[in-house]
Amino acid sequence: MSFAPADLMNYALMGAFAITALSQIMAVIRLWIGPSTADRILALDTMVINAIGLIVLLGIYQGTQIYFEATLIIAMLGFVSTIAYARFVLRGDIIE
Amino acid sequence: MIAETFLPLAIAFFLCVGLLFTFVAAIGLLKLNDGMTRLHAPTKAGTLGIGSFLIASVLHSFLMGEPSMHELLVIGFLFVTAPVTANFIAKVNLHTRSCDMPDAPSVDTTWSTLDTPEVDKVIASNE
Repeated sequence: MSFAPADLMNYALMGAFAITALSQIMAVIRLWIGPSTADRILALDTMVINAIGLIVLLGIYQGTQIYFEATLIIAMLGFVSTIAYARFVLRGDIIE
Repeated sequence: MIAETFLPLAIAFFLCVGLLFTFVAAIGLLKLNDGMTRLHAPTKAGTLGIGSFLIASVLHSFLMGEPSMHELLVIGFLFVTAPVTANFIAKVNLHTRSCDMPDAPSVDTTWSTLDTPEVDKVIASNE
């Protein structure tokens, strides 16, 4: 086990993959058991955030920039869908 | 020489910071008791955790020899939208009464200028 800077970066990358995937699973558990509607919306929002993190880590792992558009689009879709869920609970309608 | 030693260490540092905050957010989402306290944990993942991952991605593009700052756009978008999302989820919590509500305000008949108390009426007439 060597600790050259490049190896250290690879270990950190593998750890980040593992921990982000674990966080995604924990968010799924909260989505499953969540007692109230707000908890489920929050779990879905956290899952979108973690998915962005996983795509960014995949871009670092493969050394490409082509995943940038995917992260931006998923960020926008996650924001809009979370607001839509919350507005549906609050107002009973999304666009009035 | 500096780029080959310093940049991977900086990338590893930012990856570890993002890893830590993402994990803390997931633990908070799973383990905390109340709906409102569960809300405050994952908002850190959206800003600090993903922000650190994206900064690591920017630094890695410098290491690859193709510098690009595109990821700062995603950071800016997440920083703008995270409070809005958290505010909407807090409003859902209040709406469904799944958290402790504050006490109702006490009845106060001397509010604003509509119902002026007698003492103040004397002062106002003297002026």
